Amino acid sequence: MKLVRLKLAILAIVCSAVPALAGGVETDHVRNCTWCHGESGQGFATAPRLAGQRHQYIQNQLSDFSEHTRDNPFSQQYMWGAAANVGPQTARDLAMYFSTLSPKAANDGDRELAATGRAIYQEGMPDSNIVACVACHGPNAEGIREIPRLAGLSYTYLKRRLDQWGEGYSAAEALPMPGIASKLSSSDIEALASYLSFIK
Amino acid sequence: MKLVSLQVALQLAVLTVVFPATGWAAGADTSAVSKRDLEAKIGYCQDCHGPSGRGYRGFYPMPRLAGQQPEYLENQLRAFVERRRTNNIMANVAHVLSPAMITALATNFRDLNPQPLGGAPKGLVATGEKIFEAGVPDANVAACAACHGPDATGSNQIPRLAGQLYPYLVTELANWGKERGQNSAKPDTSAIMSPVAHSLTKPQIEAVAAYVSYLK
Repeated sequence: MKLVRLKLAILAIVCSAVPALAGGVETDHVRNCTWCHGESGQGFATAPRLAGQRHQYIQNQLSDFSEHTRDNPFSQQYMWGAAANVGPQTARDLAMYFSTLSPKAANDGDRELAATGRAIYQEGMPDSNIVACVACHGPNAEGIREIPRLAGLSYTYLKRRLDQWGEGYSAAEALPMPGIASKLSSSDIEALASYLSFIK
Repeated sequence: MKLVSLQVALQLAVLTVVFPATGWAAGADTSAVSKRDLEAKIGYCQDCHGPSGRGYRGFYPMPRLAGQQPEYLENQLRAFVERRRTNNIMANVAHVLSPAMITALATNFRDLNPQPLGGAPKGLVATGEKIFEAGVPDANVAACAACHGPDATGSNQIPRLAGQLYPYLVTELANWGKERGQNSAKPDTSAIMSPVAHSLTKPQIEAVAAYVSYLK
């Protein structure tokens, strides 16, 4: 906890030194995001990496937060308030800005599960009616249009998101994911989240 | 024009005799498939192919299955397994399906009729309609309507094109010779489309794909 406070303090100092950014997005708005999502949008603690994420996806999420359709506990606690006063133009600018930052890989999954995760991602599990993730998210988990990039997101975030769909959160958004995630076992989820965390 | 249609009709007649669905018994007895298993499998198809099988644009375009000809669907699922049609994702999907399940799925999607997904460039539709109705006589391309029907609903092994996804049709026509008819030991009806797909230019493919993608 102390360490988190210290990191946040350092982050605030670092961010306050950043001059106005190119691309028309205001420094204050970016700083409001990077406060939790980390410097350069690389993700921090519970907040996922935004760097390299698809801009249409970020925009859609901001709108889902403000409409309360993305309703898992952290979303309610942090993002509903954060997104409430972000207008459409600011949402677009922020989404474009973060999408252009180059993403790192979290590398925080279990290495021993990565091969199993890769098999589920690339081939699915036809006998259990689990579709191959690659069909929508792409061969390198890079995402496309409004379909999110998954490559290099943190194990914790990916696991939580897949768990929460199965628990009934965010049921109204992002079809078909709630149905697909609810068919995954916890060991499938751990394998997938591990594999994805290592993709650059 | 009439001559081209006749040629196509003859080719088709010959090919259907030569390739009688490559030994695949279409229309298996579906009584062995439980309602629960069928519903779970339909849900699985729709995870990628969209609600009501209307198609979905993922990283790859997932084609519309709704209203598709059951014989065409059965032949394609078999083609993935037999490597006549190259597609790793669908080969995995299809290899676990029993003949009875394939027939049950094909029948299910035939009866669905959602709105087309849309999204194709509207400016191409008029040109596409001409190609669909009259073909491209200079390039020896017959009217699509001659085989796929005036409403592009297809028949038997000839697929329905109405409401099909624009990016899917463009990709398929552009890659026809690299994706279909890939098992030389098992030639199939995809050979009928090979010269057509080869003769159409990219703009012609895009135009005709845009036109049929809006048909209901």
